Amino acid sequence: MQLIKNGAFVADGWQTVADDADLPDGPVIVSLQRWQKEQNALVARGTPLGIRLKSGEAPSLIAADLDKFEVVALEFPVYRNGRAYSYARLLRERYGYTGEIRAVGAVLRDQFYFLVRVGFDALEVRDNITPEIWRESVGVFTNDYQPSSDGKPSVLSLRQRLAAHASGRKAG
Amino acid sequence: MYRYDEFDLKLVNERVAQFRGQVARRLAGELSEDEFKPLRLMNGVYLQLHAYMLRIAVPYGTLSSRQVRKLAHIARVYDKGYGHFTTRQNLQLNWPALKDIPAVLDELASVEMHCIQTSGNCIRNTTSDHHAGAAPGELEDPRVVCEIIRQWSTFHPEFSFLPRKFKIAVSATEHDRAAIRVHDIGVQVVKNAEGQIGYEVWVGGGLGRTPIVGKKVSDFVLRADLLAYLEAILRVYNMSGRRDNLYKSRIKILVHEIGVEEMKRLVDEEFAEIKKNGALQLPQEEVDRIQKYFAPPAFETLSDNVPEIDALAAKDKNFADWLKSNISAHKMPGYSIVNISLKPTGLTPGDCSSEQMEAVADIADKYAFSEVRVAHEQNLTLAHVRKADLHEVWKALDAHELATPNIGLITDQIACPGLDYCNLANARSIPIAQRISERFKDIDLQQKIGRLHINTSGCINACGHHHVGHIGILGVDKKGVEYYQVTLGGAADETAAVGEIVGPAFTEDEIVDAVDTIVQTYLNLRQGDEILLDTYRRVGLQPFKEKLYAAY
Repeated sequence: MQLIKNGAFVADGWQTVADDADLPDGPVIVSLQRWQKEQNALVARGTPLGIRLKSGEAPSLIAADLDKFEVVALEFPVYRNGRAYSYARLLRERYGYTGEIRAVGAVLRDQFYFLVRVGFDALEVRDNITPEIWRESVGVFTNDYQPSSDGKPSVLSLRQRLAAHASGRKAG
Repeated sequence: MYRYDEFDLKLVNERVAQFRGQVARRLAGELSEDEFKPLRLMNGVYLQLHAYMLRIAVPYGTLSSRQVRKLAHIARVYDKGYGHFTTRQNLQLNWPALKDIPAVLDELASVEMHCIQTSGNCIRNTTSDHHAGAAPGELEDPRVVCEIIRQWSTFHPEFSFLPRKFKIAVSATEHDRAAIRVHDIGVQVVKNAEGQIGYEVWVGGGLGRTPIVGKKVSDFVLRADLLAYLEAILRVYNMSGRRDNLYKSRIKILVHEIGVEEMKRLVDEEFAEIKKNGALQLPQEEVDRIQKYFAPPAFETLSDNVPEIDALAAKDKNFADWLKSNISAHKMPGYSIVNISLKPTGLTPGDCSSEQMEAVADIADKYAFSEVRVAHEQNLTLAHVRKADLHEVWKALDAHELATPNIGLITDQIACPGLDYCNLANARSIPIAQRISERFKDIDLQQKIGRLHINTSGCINACGHHHVGHIGILGVDKKGVEYYQVTLGGAADETAAVGEIVGPAFTEDEIVDAVDTIVQTYLNLRQGDEILLDTYRRVGLQPFKEKLYAAY
């Protein structure tokens, strides 16, 4: 497994900790259940904290606690399960979360483009993914029809800019 | 009709390049069939019983004559010289070689066409009224909204891995020819008391194993808000739709399980939030830009009375029969809508040869503003034809066996590909439809029977829409033998209903007689100008049951 963060292949400084395991030193990612049970102790550690949500666990469950987390990891149990695309958008657009949103689980190359568009800035990918594959997969389309969490101008707004530019030229 | 701008074109070309790479990796053995499957399914490539099948998108069923010619060319060069028009207004090629598909996609892109989202668990081709822009009483051309939805839904980053496929249909007349109540979302164009155009929205209709008629979730969504509203529905579905069971994952099951009131509440809540953000508000300039492409063609000012056509009809029964069933009223005086039947006696419903496609393109150029429509009943339509040209058009169509005078009649059947092509099917559908059309081929008998929709599916997945046929036929497998279950009283229009099962299934030998018995029973019972559906709604199932099972 490798980690791609903001397009770069980087070392992963986080440890994902099983619910029954002792907490190691350093930044940890815990489950929603552990967070709910050990909230105070986890915050008291004073080390960076991340949370991992399963497919049925909507971000509304942690909306009030988001300032405690530097990472929210969203699980893809199988590539076909696309719930986390909505979760990521809610985190970015509804709850204004600016920390890392990490895609974990079944994360395949043909999902990269979509994942980045909905606000994932970190992806745990298979070892056979190379920087070339990453660039090719994530950059498959130059423009996009819809506004989304990546903040890219949609085709619609590009059209409006072009039209404004053209009429500006005419007026000038 | 809509024309691509630089953005549309670039996106389609980039998609072709991407798929070409994926096919190359598959052919080189870098991808197994299993790994390739999700990739090809994003692009309309299915693996059927005998070969790959390619499904080409025909957005909202509208084609230019240039596009029709290209489809004819593709079918001739890369397939066996014919294509199959589907109930979702698309075109399927049954025999393309995988290695050729990238070249086919290039050919399609050259006429602004593609196979994007014709399969997979995403938002599929938005379908509409094949009489759009021509139907009397239409509030606005529904294709404007369809094109807006097409763009919004294309490679939507949030909704490309939905629990299941998702189908949207739009209608803009009171009489619903787009079957919006049996779609995941049905959009009905409406006008409010202030004269504003907006949309009534239906959710959770669908056929398949669990046929359900959609429920209304909004009486009026403003045009500027439509995409925000659709995004709200899709988000609720994406987060809450079931993913544990393939057969319970359509939005209709979600609506059924939580109830329409709760669904409404969730959608309204989400809608309010999305509206706050504002990014999906549809600017009037974009609506105007797209509307221009669907501006009415240059109609002439004509009289609606064309005595020379009446005179020709009086002399020629074949022409008169065709006028009676294949012509629909047009909103402009002196014009007609011409429906072209792809259901000649004894052939496969929806099939069209390359020569026929080219003939239709030529006729469209000469008489119909170069535009062709695909109807969800698997027929074609020329939307704007001068009444004075009807005889010439009829002759030209007839020369290519395209003038079967049976639109809306008993032999104008919908049938899925069935066991002859499909690896999901339990039974054959096409041969049943063919035998029914042989049995009822007498045109006078067909006219006497009147409007009657027979829909046949070869399995419970219901691609032949049997639930909404006035008579529905479902192929089932009982210990390796094909049987056919019959339903009565289904409808796909504004009176949408799921048909009722008449009783035990019939064998292959009995099924055509069973249909005949139903028809005879109706003819004996009918009052005034009732069609079979009216009679059934008045008398119920019992009289039909009695006749059907009298011998047992």
